[in-house]
Amino acid sequence: MPHLPIERWAKDAGSPADNPVVLTVEGAHGPVIHAVTKAAADRGAYPGARLTDARALDPALIALPADPEGDTILMERLTRWAGRWSPLVEIDGFDALRLDISGVGHLFGGEQHLAKDIQRRFAALGLTVRIAIAPTAAAAWAMAHHDPGICDDDIEARLASLHVAALRLDPGTVRTLERLGLKTIGSLIEVPRLALSRRFRGAEDVVEALDRALGRKAEPLTAAPAESPPHAALRLEEPATHPEAASQALERLIPALVRELEQRHLGARRLSLIGYRVDGSVAVGSVATAIPSREPKHLQRLLADKAAALNPEFGFDAFVLQANWAEDLGAAQESLVEEPSGERELARLVDRLTVKLGPHAVRRPKRHESHLPERASGWMSALISPSLLHEGRKEPRSGGRERGRGAKRPFSPTPLPQRGEGLDRPQRLLDRPEAIDVIYATPEGMPRRFMWRRAVHDILRVEGPERIAPEWWRQPSSSRLRDYYRVEDQAGRRYWIYREGIVGDGRGGAPSWFIHGLFG
Amino acid sequence: MARSLSLVAGDGSRSAKISQLPNGLGERWHLPAAPSPTLSELFATHPRDGGWAGFLLAQVDSAKPLLWVQDRMAILETGRLHPPGLPTRNLIHVEARDARDALWAMEEGVRCSALSAVIGELWGDPRALDFTATRRLAVASERSGTPCWLVRLGGTANLSGARMRWRIASAPSLANPLDGRAPGFPAWDAELFRARGSPPGHWKVAYEADRFDLVAAPADRTMGEGRRLAG
Repeated sequence: MPHLPIERWAKDAGSPADNPVVLTVEGAHGPVIHAVTKAAADRGAYPGARLTDARALDPALIALPADPEGDTILMERLTRWAGRWSPLVEIDGFDALRLDISGVGHLFGGEQHLAKDIQRRFAALGLTVRIAIAPTAAAAWAMAHHDPGICDDDIEARLASLHVAALRLDPGTVRTLERLGLKTIGSLIEVPRLALSRRFRGAEDVVEALDRALGRKAEPLTAAPAESPPHAALRLEEPATHPEAASQALERLIPALVRELEQRHLGARRLSLIGYRVDGSVAVGSVATAIPSREPKHLQRLLADKAAALNPEFGFDAFVLQANWAEDLGAAQESLVEEPSGERELARLVDRLTVKLGPHAVRRPKRHESHLPERASGWMSALISPSLLHEGRKEPRSGGRERGRGAKRPFSPTPLPQRGEGLDRPQRLLDRPEAIDVIYATPEGMPRRFMWRRAVHDILRVEGPERIAPEWWRQPSSSRLRDYYRVEDQAGRRYWIYREGIVGDGRGGAPSWFIHGLFG
Repeated sequence: MARSLSLVAGDGSRSAKISQLPNGLGERWHLPAAPSPTLSELFATHPRDGGWAGFLLAQVDSAKPLLWVQDRMAILETGRLHPPGLPTRNLIHVEARDARDALWAMEEGVRCSALSAVIGELWGDPRALDFTATRRLAVASERSGTPCWLVRLGGTANLSGARMRWRIASAPSLANPLDGRAPGFPAWDAELFRARGSPPGHWKVAYEADRFDLVAAPADRTMGEGRRLAG
């Protein structure tokens, strides 16, 4: 995309193309031109020139600051959008996208058609692209920047006529080569390798650049995952604008994805339904599951709401359903023999609850080593928590079929000593202790009567205090200790109240009282 | 299901002549339970009374996970579930925005037979909770065999499809054998005001021992104290 910055500016500003506008960045010696419109180029401005030089040629140039960050963000969005053609896309440099289209061409009716399709869709966004398809990434880059087209097999012949700068060498090396009379890649190929590697070393390794371009040395896409995630794609002839488009696409994508998961013996843990809109934006709906799954009904149920929520705006013209995170799942799943433990059934329940209510609403208790009641009762999302059936098992769920049977339990921290659990702790805890008015005989003594939410409770029986000191290694030094009392009022209701601080502890005035829990 | 609750005083004259069994336990009071798992409704007579939780937990089998749903108002008014105080940590807690979400989550849970029970707390009389909603829960519960408890905090007993309807209030606890001033084992006023298959009744039941079992209380308190001290 040679003109990305200026085209983006023109689209955002809605300016006609015949304004002589240049975008500038700050250079070491004043503003340097970053991008130019066609009109400005006609008047002698070119990227890399100093603004003052260009102004000397034509004082009418309009200079505006460039926005490289904005360009980068646009590039990142385009990268995701280009996922419609190939799952492996990465940004190459600051103005190029690199797509790995191995085995993709036939889906679009050949590489020619693919290139045309790409050109057309980018043109619809108002962006000029120069497309090159070549067996190696470096050759594709060279051709895209110097001689766009499609190269089938004979890279050497194709690249021979290109300037050495197409090898992405740094300017100093290019200058040296030019001085030596090696102006084209063809002439460089003819030079003996040994001589070349002796002359150019380290960062300016010409031989290596040449090898990369000619495919003698592998240059993998850096962003390429070891294995592409399972995914299923659906392209529409016409953009679909009706709201059910995504739901209908989902119904067709799920069987395809499930088939792929089955073949690869995987189960999905995270799924994304991605809708590609005609205007170059994407809409994503994601769900997560508690255990790997590839059951069509379950996945359909999880994703249905998300699909319905995707807004088509100007219309979707492609959908991709992708398992971003998949784990091993043995082949012998399916519902012929249901696991006696019902673990899968539970995991499905957690999935459904979490998808609808959110991960923060569906939780499981988590043991926490603390004496402070509100800390001791930790919660964790049910989705990420270990097995529901073997509570206390801390290790993450291991994949495969032997899960839960032969798997050894690694070291898990010893829980706090269980001191008659259930009786001396209330069943319910207020999220925030509420201040109460307490009548007592002596400040240090037992409470006699308290008032909570405008109701008076006469304390008939009381047990305590149970003193819980502040955690000095975490809390500020001004935090006060708590004396907890179990109290029972005239009606037999049992509460857990505490006095914060004691008289004369030097951490504030008179102690205050709070209610913290209710006993069953 | 609970095997036994102790009867402190009840309808009829049973409380007066509870016989002592050889092991020192009093006569067991059998909870009137539905023949098969179903939807039971439980009203807290006072919204700030947490007593019902003990009564309910004593009846829940904790071998399998428990689904506990609370709507937001219930959490604000009467507090969030506190796992250290519960007999089991094997539970899933759902914080629902409102009664509609809570009922939806309960229904999803009731359909899952891998749960030991579904407990849902609703505050007040939400509009979403009508006869149809309770009827759906009851049918789903009977079909899957997962008992469901609908807990109503500060609500009125309107039309409902629940098979058993309880009204629970805390009662003054039993005497504490170790400290006369301290609260002892909890006791409740339990009123079964509608039940299918068993007559309604009104009992005062107690709960003792340091496990969530329900054991009979002896008629004579001093004798009972002797037993507890020995145990």
